[in-house]
Amino acid sequence: MSNTKAILLVGVGGQGTILASKILSEGLVAAGYDVKMSEIHGMSQRGGNVSTQIRYGDKVYSPIVGKGEADVIVSFEVMEALRWVEFLKPGGGYIINDNEIPSVPILMGAAKYPEGILADLSAKARTRIIDANAIAEKLGNKQTQNIVLLGAAIRALSEAGDTALAGIDWDGIIAKNVKEKFVDVNKKALQEGMAAN
Amino acid sequence: MGEKLLLTGDEAVARGAWEAGLEFASAYPGTPSTEILENLALYKPDVYAEWAPNEKVALESAIGASLAGVRALAAMKHVGVNVAADPLFTFSYTGVTGGMVLVSADDPGLHSSQNEQDNRNYAQAAKVLMLEPADSAECLAFTKLAFGLSERFDTPVLLRMTTRVCHSKSLVETGERVTVPAVPYEKKIQKYVMTPANARVRRAFLVDRYKDELAFAEKEALEAGINRIEWGTPAEGSERVGVVSAGVAYQYAKEVFGEEASYLKLGITWPMPVETVRDFASKVDKLYVVEEVDPYMEDRIKAAGIDCIGKAVIPEWDELNTDIVRKSVTGEAAATLTSELAPVPRPPALCAGCPHRGLFYALSKRKDIIITGDIGCYTLGSAPPLSAMHTTFCMGGSISTGHGASKALAKSGSDLKIVAVIGDSTFFHTGVNSLMNVTYNSSKIVAVILDNRITAMTGQQENPGTGYTLQGDVAPEIDIPKLVEAIGIKKENIWTVNPLKLDETNAAIDAALAADGPAVVVTKWPCVLKKLTGEDVDRYKALGTKCYVDQELCKNCKICTKTGCVAIYNSDHVEINEEMCTGCTLCAQTCPFDAIKER
Repeated sequence: MSNTKAILLVGVGGQGTILASKILSEGLVAAGYDVKMSEIHGMSQRGGNVSTQIRYGDKVYSPIVGKGEADVIVSFEVMEALRWVEFLKPGGGYIINDNEIPSVPILMGAAKYPEGILADLSAKARTRIIDANAIAEKLGNKQTQNIVLLGAAIRALSEAGDTALAGIDWDGIIAKNVKEKFVDVNKKALQEGMAAN
Repeated sequence: MGEKLLLTGDEAVARGAWEAGLEFASAYPGTPSTEILENLALYKPDVYAEWAPNEKVALESAIGASLAGVRALAAMKHVGVNVAADPLFTFSYTGVTGGMVLVSADDPGLHSSQNEQDNRNYAQAAKVLMLEPADSAECLAFTKLAFGLSERFDTPVLLRMTTRVCHSKSLVETGERVTVPAVPYEKKIQKYVMTPANARVRRAFLVDRYKDELAFAEKEALEAGINRIEWGTPAEGSERVGVVSAGVAYQYAKEVFGEEASYLKLGITWPMPVETVRDFASKVDKLYVVEEVDPYMEDRIKAAGIDCIGKAVIPEWDELNTDIVRKSVTGEAAATLTSELAPVPRPPALCAGCPHRGLFYALSKRKDIIITGDIGCYTLGSAPPLSAMHTTFCMGGSISTGHGASKALAKSGSDLKIVAVIGDSTFFHTGVNSLMNVTYNSSKIVAVILDNRITAMTGQQENPGTGYTLQGDVAPEIDIPKLVEAIGIKKENIWTVNPLKLDETNAAIDAALAADGPAVVVTKWPCVLKKLTGEDVDRYKALGTKCYVDQELCKNCKICTKTGCVAIYNSDHVEINEEMCTGCTLCAQTCPFDAIKER
């Protein structure tokens, strides 16, 4: 209810939003919160837009984030940040991956990718733009862009006053959720995301 | 000792069923229900779990397990219950031996479905007790409870879920598995042979069963907290607001009406405990009914002469959420940010490298055909630029609707021909019956069976054609060409092609359309998302290379973009995103200038 916080992770099918939100929500449970997380599978996986919604607090009812309610929106893609603008709480913050993925109408030449999204959103809300793909590539595993963005989200929630998050054993939760040979690179990705400016 | 876990509703149903001593589970995959069986499969060997070819077979198999004395479950999406409705309505008459739970996963908002039917209506129509969980903890608890209720009242129990309940995670406390000994088999012809004479006796039994279930719903269920009242603390001087709700709608109501309102939160919604509602209503000044889709509870409450506000303010279609409920009730909308920029839609599309694309590209070039379609990823072949599917209704419907259309066209002297397009799993589901009708009643259609070696749409499930079962055992693969030949398609009218080879595919379609009698084209190539088995790798040599556009040779004719491939970027010139490209070379085959090369 009143102390409930909400996070949206939005992107395009196949970007790894689901793993990132799984790790985040397990961390929130470890911090003692009541947590609900909702995601949409099915048709939306085939290159459509995807969203994972997380709400946490003392007692959470709805599993879905309402308009004007998200404390943080982590967007894995630039245009998806725009699609969800109405869901950001006035005063809330954006983390946007500086990565443009054209959708089918754009690929077909039937529409243009909107210009100036980052400038527009930055002028309206506290926005941190991260080139998670470049960071992940530097770490030697492009797939870890999702964990870079997760690191940035955890930092944003901590800065917004969520002191419980810093004490969570994120490395342990990562180890539980990714294959052994990818644990180290994902731990590094999380650190990079937390540090990224 | 119980563990606190964050589980989806589907995972929690599987856990609850396992804890309740479930022995047998069957399902056909369907969003949002698929993960129930996928999770039950992990409880091997405690639980035997299988994919059935369709929902009717799944339910009938679970019925068989129940009458053989064990606890059994069948799970399906809402439209799957239509397929399984025939056994359901009569199983309600016979009742059970081992407890039997049917899970119906409805999809308000049509996230991944062809309609938005409200399967609560089935509970009344088939006269089966219904439970509606509102979060994962209730999914676990109600599933466990359902088996006991099924045995106590001698009825199948409908566990009605919705997408948000199935696919949302919330905390559950797990328990231990109980062992339920199998009930020794006894021949009970009057109970299990539904001849009219026996069925009349069971029909009378339903009247008494209903009374017992209703008494349970009104009293014991309230005492046990399955239905519960939460009294609010209204601000002084303000009216007492009461809310009747169930399922995920209850969660939205709690967010909107807060702690000031009182709630009657129902876990059992058939039989509908209207006297509990009447008593609750008498203690509040204003009564709201908050429910998704149909006015299911509202109609029953109003029929009992109880005043309430429901669909007069709350929409009766689409998924609800807190915003919609708030706006409906208070007229207030949340303060939001806005932007003058408009995002371009991002509809789903066939993957880069999808074998279906080759077939649909070939079909898209033909003007003299009606393409009847079916349910699966390949329904995306209806989207531009391919636009190569003209009808889609239900699982297995492509061949039969094509048959009827072909008869009508022939009778009216039209030259249009029918191509029916159906996936492998959908063909096994119910398409095979339709093809029997085509040969039996001799219509001249071309059925294209898109054999991508997996059930792809719902996330890569095995089926009778893939060679493996749900729990990983090796199974015989149905030989589709042999099967259709046995049904009566002439051997010379059956072609098997690689749909990513356009020449081969076009030649087969040409020949099939010109064939004497009905014809079948099997397009056989694995789904690009399929985790290839050893045999797959041998049979379908991995492609591996990438394609690129030689800008020197490209005349910018854009023909390659008509494939609708998501790896092709069409701006002032054409480029291939090599990260997405799988090297299927379909675009290269369409290029008149040989400007698309392989790396």
